[in-house]
Amino acid sequence: MSNDTLNPKVMPEEPEKATLEGKNKFLGFWFFLGGETVLFASLFGTFLALRNSTNGGPSSQELFGLDLVFIMTMLLLTSSLTSVVAIYQMKKNNFAKMQAWLAITVILGFGFLSLEIYEFYEYITLEDFTFRSSAFGSAFYTLVGFHGGHVLFGLLWILTLMIRNAKRGLNLYNAPKFYVASLYWHFIDVVWVFIFTVVYLMGVI
Amino acid sequence: MSTTIAQNRSFGAALWDYLTTVDHKKIGILYLVSGGFFFLLGGLEAMAIRIQLIKPANDFVSAGFYNQILTMHGTTMIFLAAMPLIFALMNAVVPLQIGARDVAFPFLNALGFWLFLAGGLILNASWFLGGAPDAGWTAYAPLSTTSPGHGVDFYVLGLQISGAGTLIAGINFLVTIVNMRAPGMTYMRMPLFTWTTFVVSALILFAFPALTVGLFLLMFDRLFGSGFFDASMGGNSVIWEHLFWIFGHPEVYILILPAFGVFSEILPVFSKKRLFGYTAMVFATVLIGFLGFMVWAHHMFTVGLGPAANSIFAVATMAIAVPTGIKIFNWLFTLWGGNITINTAMLYSLSFIPTFTIGGMTGVMLAAAAADYQFHDTYFVVAHFHYVIVGGVVFGIFAGLHYWWPRMFGKILDEKLGKLTFWTFFIGFHLTFFIQHFLGLMGMPRRYWTFLPDQGLDTGNLISTIGAFLMAFGTIVFVINVIVTSVKGEKVGGDPWDGRTLEWAIANPTPHYNFKQTPLVRGLDAFWIEKMDGRKEMTPAEPVDDIHMPNSSILPFIMALGLFIAGFGFIYQVDNSAWLAAVFIGMGILLGCMFIRSVKDDHGYHIHKEDLDKGAGL
Ligand code: HEM
Ligand SMILES: [Cu+2]
Repeated sequence: MSNDTLNPKVMPEEPEKATLEGKNKFLGFWFFLGGETVLFASLFGTFLALRNSTNGGPSSQELFGLDLVFIMTMLLLTSSLTSVVAIYQMKKNNFAKMQAWLAITVILGFGFLSLEIYEFYEYITLEDFTFRSSAFGSAFYTLVGFHGGHVLFGLLWILTLMIRNAKRGLNLYNAPKFYVASLYWHFIDVVWVFIFTVVYLMGVI
Repeated sequence: MSTTIAQNRSFGAALWDYLTTVDHKKIGILYLVSGGFFFLLGGLEAMAIRIQLIKPANDFVSAGFYNQILTMHGTTMIFLAAMPLIFALMNAVVPLQIGARDVAFPFLNALGFWLFLAGGLILNASWFLGGAPDAGWTAYAPLSTTSPGHGVDFYVLGLQISGAGTLIAGINFLVTIVNMRAPGMTYMRMPLFTWTTFVVSALILFAFPALTVGLFLLMFDRLFGSGFFDASMGGNSVIWEHLFWIFGHPEVYILILPAFGVFSEILPVFSKKRLFGYTAMVFATVLIGFLGFMVWAHHMFTVGLGPAANSIFAVATMAIAVPTGIKIFNWLFTLWGGNITINTAMLYSLSFIPTFTIGGMTGVMLAAAAADYQFHDTYFVVAHFHYVIVGGVVFGIFAGLHYWWPRMFGKILDEKLGKLTFWTFFIGFHLTFFIQHFLGLMGMPRRYWTFLPDQGLDTGNLISTIGAFLMAFGTIVFVINVIVTSVKGEKVGGDPWDGRTLEWAIANPTPHYNFKQTPLVRGLDAFWIEKMDGRKEMTPAEPVDDIHMPNSSILPFIMALGLFIAGFGFIYQVDNSAWLAAVFIGMGILLGCMFIRSVKDDHGYHIHKEDLDKGAGL
């Protein structure tokens, strides 16, 4: 594909789907998220089956408080919103603004991740609640940890894209990349909403 | 590509070509060679099982070793032989059938293959490193969580890595079929093999993640001290069974649907009739795929889920026999009144119909939950699934290979040897497995190392083993056939069978870019329509122009290598934390490659239209 077809004078409305490669990436990523949904569904099922198997260790009622988790939720929800704005700017072919909004997304994401690490640290050191203390512990850290791992991966991915394309700006080759990265970010956000409900809200009552 | 060029290339260059290829045709060959290798390996294991059971109280192999052989036979045949051989056919055929120049994600396609191979090698490395997995291909906890040594760890890591490859391959085919169809190729004009590939890819996408999670939990329990399946920590081993069968039942349809597709291609071509009930066939395929997700607990009737759950799953299971029956009748009606040619591909297809019907019937028997308390874990189940898997999937693979060999390699497999394989394999198969129904009904449990004399099981087991030797003979003849055909076989033209679908509309050998001009599809059996209108070639949908092709890349191979190294690190870090270094190095290689892939632009290249007629773009 020659350079001018990837850098048209006028950017199309949906630059992420303007090339066949872009269309493939777009669709393939949606399918991938379908698979990820089954993955998390399996983890949720396992967690639901084991959430009361505390083996004499601390239970969810004793462990969980909603304050910290609420702040985390707000951070992640906001970051999802800022990534929407970023993609909105992408469609308006406003690269600098897109980068700025992505940067905010990344900062919020790191805020979320730090709080999650802090939360885990507290459970382990203060409450002696670990991956190995009970089936509940294993299920909790696996489900929430898988999500945290996704957050970390998403952050590194978005950062890579931002740095790689900082100088050259937007074109039809990298627009799909930005777009699917933001899809991934939304997906992570949706999973967190379920974690918030199933793990924490249902855990405190 | 003239043969002289091919012969002049050094071995190193050819090796490099295959290590870096992103061409679906070559990836198909890679799948074929490695899947074929694992098929022979799994066959060897099967022979060891049958020799051990040839007479009562035998001690050909020790009890512990028997468990390993049995486990590896099932695991190898399902994950390392049947699946890749099916992927071989899909890669070789599907892009051609939809009139595409390539798949949607050539790079990922290569990655999928190398991951499968890395996983298969890890699994089999266990033979040399203290013993293979021994908890059955189903690896039920707590047997698998407490199995000593590293065997089951190899199972977990090997399947995890090759499973990732399968998932990638599934997504690739889904997008290929949705986005890359030639103009005019609507969904209801797609050949049935493409349709089954499509449905199967969806099944892979929604079934494999459950296995991924199950394997992660098993790995955490065995290697990192978690308690998912450990009752003493509050864990619950039935969770494994659920996760495994939520994957496992769709998996058996992942295996059989492509075989259905193969037969639905072969029967019309050699009956000189269009497929009977095309729409019903598509409908039945989709319905089977859908219902396949609702029946997993029929493998768990005896676990104690309760009468309500058992009844629901029993009825759901029996319901699948309906779309399957639709298919059987459509194949029969396709044959009816046809101008039938009998060759090897056709022999497999014809014998598949009654054989599979028997397997389906025993399936419905097993689905009767109350009766399954008697059948479960006996040789009756073994007979059932070999009737569907060998009589369905393996016959389908043999049929498909005979049918598409000229497309893949430009030559027709020797018919005499082919028929010899067919007859020995077919008779051997029924000798081996028919009697096992009765062994099961007489109470012979599956997976046992040996049996006692004079319980009415001796003759049946002897017959079964004799049959196995016939099957082995047939398989060896097939290997000889492949060698003889490659050495002596004559090149044939692009359309040796008077085919109906697009893959036969191309010259032989298939050019690197498949279609010089994208074909215009005017209906079902696109090529046949053109022939009926008196043309010899497809009507092009575009003028001759430059062709865009993807670049080859070594990264997929290196990524798989990284995971291969990390796999060993994960397994051995429990013994010595120095092995964590292997985990970090391996994962570092993987992530590094992903980083490079993300950062380095890859625009592919163009074959100029002036060069199209010269060296096939090589
Ligand atoms: C009409 C269709 C079918 C029905 C009703 C059916 C039903 C069943 C049932 C109820 C069982 C569990 C038996 C037990 O463990 O007690 C079973 C086992 C099995 N079936 Fe089928 N089946 C059908 C078709 C197939 C097909 C098409 C395949 C594969 C291509 C297949 C492969 C298997 C395998 C591998 C097992 C044994 C798994 C194991 O325990 O190792 N079945 N089937
Ligand atoms: Cu099943």
